[in-house]
Amino acid sequence: MTAVPDIEFRAVTKRYGAVTAVSGIDLAIPPSAFVALLGPSGCGKTTCLRMIGGFEQPSEGQVLIRGRDMAGTPPYRRPVNMVFQQYALFPHLDVEENISYGLRQARPRLSSREIALRAGEALSMVQLAGYGRRKIHELSGGQQQRVALARALVNKPAVLLLDEPLAALDKKLRTDMQIELQNLQREIGITFVLVTHDQEEALSMSDFVCVMNGGRVVQLGQPSEIYDEPADLFVADFVGKTNLLSGKVAGLSGDLVDVALADGTVIAARKRVPLSRGEAVSVSLRPESLRLSAPGSGAFKGIVRNRIFLGSTAEYAIEVQGIGSLLAKADHVMGQGNLFKPGEPVAIGFAAGAPLAFPHANNNGTNQREDQHAEILS
Amino acid sequence: MPAGSQPAFSMRRSLFRKNLVTALLLAPAAVWLVVFLVLPFVAIAIFSVGERAPEGGYQAALTLAQYANLPARATAFWNTMVLAPAGALACLLVAYPVAYYLALRAPQRWRLILLALIVIPFWTSLLMRTYAWMYILGGRGIPALLAYVGIEDLRLINTPGAVLLGIVYGYLPLMILPIYVSLERLDRRLLEASADLGATPLSTFLSVTLRLSLPGVMTGFSLVMILLLGEYLIPTLLGGGKVFFIGNALVDLFLQSRNWPFGSAIAITLVLVSVVVLIVANRISTRLSGARRVDLI
Repeated sequence: MTAVPDIEFRAVTKRYGAVTAVSGIDLAIPPSAFVALLGPSGCGKTTCLRMIGGFEQPSEGQVLIRGRDMAGTPPYRRPVNMVFQQYALFPHLDVEENISYGLRQARPRLSSREIALRAGEALSMVQLAGYGRRKIHELSGGQQQRVALARALVNKPAVLLLDEPLAALDKKLRTDMQIELQNLQREIGITFVLVTHDQEEALSMSDFVCVMNGGRVVQLGQPSEIYDEPADLFVADFVGKTNLLSGKVAGLSGDLVDVALADGTVIAARKRVPLSRGEAVSVSLRPESLRLSAPGSGAFKGIVRNRIFLGSTAEYAIEVQGIGSLLAKADHVMGQGNLFKPGEPVAIGFAAGAPLAFPHANNNGTNQREDQHAEILS
Repeated sequence: MPAGSQPAFSMRRSLFRKNLVTALLLAPAAVWLVVFLVLPFVAIAIFSVGERAPEGGYQAALTLAQYANLPARATAFWNTMVLAPAGALACLLVAYPVAYYLALRAPQRWRLILLALIVIPFWTSLLMRTYAWMYILGGRGIPALLAYVGIEDLRLINTPGAVLLGIVYGYLPLMILPIYVSLERLDRRLLEASADLGATPLSTFLSVTLRLSLPGVMTGFSLVMILLLGEYLIPTLLGGGKVFFIGNALVDLFLQSRNWPFGSAIAITLVLVSVVVLIVANRISTRLSGARRVDLI
C-alpha cells in the first residue's frame, strides 16, 4: 500500500467569488478502491469531483492524479472519465457511437476495427450487447445509465468518477446497479470515486467513505468505522439513524464521561474529543443499540408510541418522560412473538460503550455558507 | 331509457361545442389564407398559362409559351440563384459566432440587452436602413473618406458586393435568432462529457456544438434564403440597375411592361424553387440532428 495514491488533494480550496465551496482539503484516495464522497447538498463533494475531472480549477492547493499535478491540464488530457448526473449522453449519436466517442478522440488514431471491437466489449460488459444501433431516447433510464458507464470505462481510465449516478433510477433498479457497480469495480480494478448524498448508497457500495460537510472532509474511513465511530456529531447524525440526547458532562474518567441528561439520568458515554466538566454535549445512541425489555430494569422507562414492523426487524418510537422520543430497533426472530405494542410501557437499556458523547456546539456558520453556495450553483 | 340517453346526448353536445370552438378559432386564419394566399396563387397559376393582352395585362389562353420564355430572364434568375445562397451563407458566417457568443459565452445579465440590440434596428424600416447604406457606400460616403488617404476612384455602390453587404446587414437578425435558440437549448453537460472523453475544444465544437445547432442553422438559412429569393429592395437601391433579382424582374413585368402572364410564370417558378429549398433543408437538418423531427419556420 505504499503505492502512489490515485487521487490526492493537497490543501485544496475552491472559492466562487466570496463563497468558499471547498476549504483546505487534504485527501489521498488509495488505488483500486471504491470511494464515496458523502455529504449533504452544497458540502463541496461535487466541486471536488469536478476538480478531479478538470471542470473546475482549485483556487489554492493541488489536485494530483497518480502523483501528477493536474494544474492547467484540461479535462480532455486527464486520465479520468466521468459518469455524469443524468448521464449527458449525446442525443444525436446511437449507443455504439456514444460508447466509441472517446476511442475516436484517441491520438494516435485507433483503427476502426479496434474501435468496433472495444466498443463491442464495453457493450457486453454492461449487458447491452445488441443495443449498439439504438437511439439514446429509445433506452430506459437503467439502460442509459449502463451506456454512460460503458462510454466512460471503454477508455480504460485510471479513475472512474461517478456523479450521483443512481439518483435518477427507481429503488429496485438502484439496488441492482449498486451490486453491479461493485462487481464492475472489482473486475476492472480501477478506483471508483462516487459522489452521493445518500448515506445508504455510500455505506453499501464503497470500501471507503469520505464524509464532507461545509467544504471540509469530516471523516474518511471504512463504512463500518464511519457508522460505529463517527468523528463528530454531524457524521453521527448524517450517517445512519441515531438518537441524539442533550446533556451536560457530570464527570470524567479516562475515555468515558458521565453525562447528566435532561431528565436527570446519568449515563456513561465514550468521548471522541476532549470534553470538560459542565460542557453541553449531545449523546448519540444508535437505535439498534437500544435494548427493550419489560418494565423494571434499564436506564429509561418509556411508552411505545409507534411500531413499524419491517420483517427482520421492528422499529419502535418510544416516548420517554423528560427526554423525548427515542427510536429503537430490535431484531425479530421468527416464532418469537415478543413484539411490544403501542401504548405498552417498556424499559430501555443499551450496551455499554454504545453511547457516544460529542460537544454540543456545531459550527452552524459553515452550514449556512454552504447552503448559499448550493443556491448559487443551482 | 331516458337516464341512459341523457349522458350520450350531452356528450354529443359537448363534442359539437368543442368542434365549434375549434372551427371558430381556426376560421380567421383559414379565411385569411384562402383570400390572400390560395386565391391569388390560383389566379397567378391561371395567368401563367395565358397570354399578354395587346394593351397589357392578361388574356385567357392555355399555353406554356411563358414558361418557354423563362430564359429571357436568365440573368435575374442567375443573380438570384447565386446571391440568395451566397447572401444566406455570408449571413450564416457572420451570425454563427455572434449567436455562439450570446448563447454560450456572454454573461447571463448581458444576454437580453445584447439580443435587444440585435433586434432593435428591425424596428426601423428596411427601406430607411438600406437608404442609409446607399449614402455610406455612395460617392460622398466611404469612397470620399478613402480619397483623403489617397485611395481614389473606389466604386462601392451598385456592385454585387454592395448587394451582398446590404443582404447580410438586413437579414442578420433572422439568422442569429434561430441559431441562438438552438445553442441556448444545448445541454452544457454534453460539452463537458465530450471534453471528459478526450475531445479537444475544436473537436467538441464540430462533433457536438455544431451538430446539435444544425436545426437552428438550417432554419436560419432557409428563412433568409427564401426571403432573399423574393428580395427586391436591396438590389434596387444598392445594386443600381446592374444587379437584377427575380423580385426586380417581377416588379418590372407587372408594373412597367404589364406582361402579367410572363410575370406569373416567373412567380410560379420562384415559389416552386422556394418549396424545393425548404424541403431539402428540412431533410438535411432532420437527418443531421438525429431522430428529432424539425419543423422549419
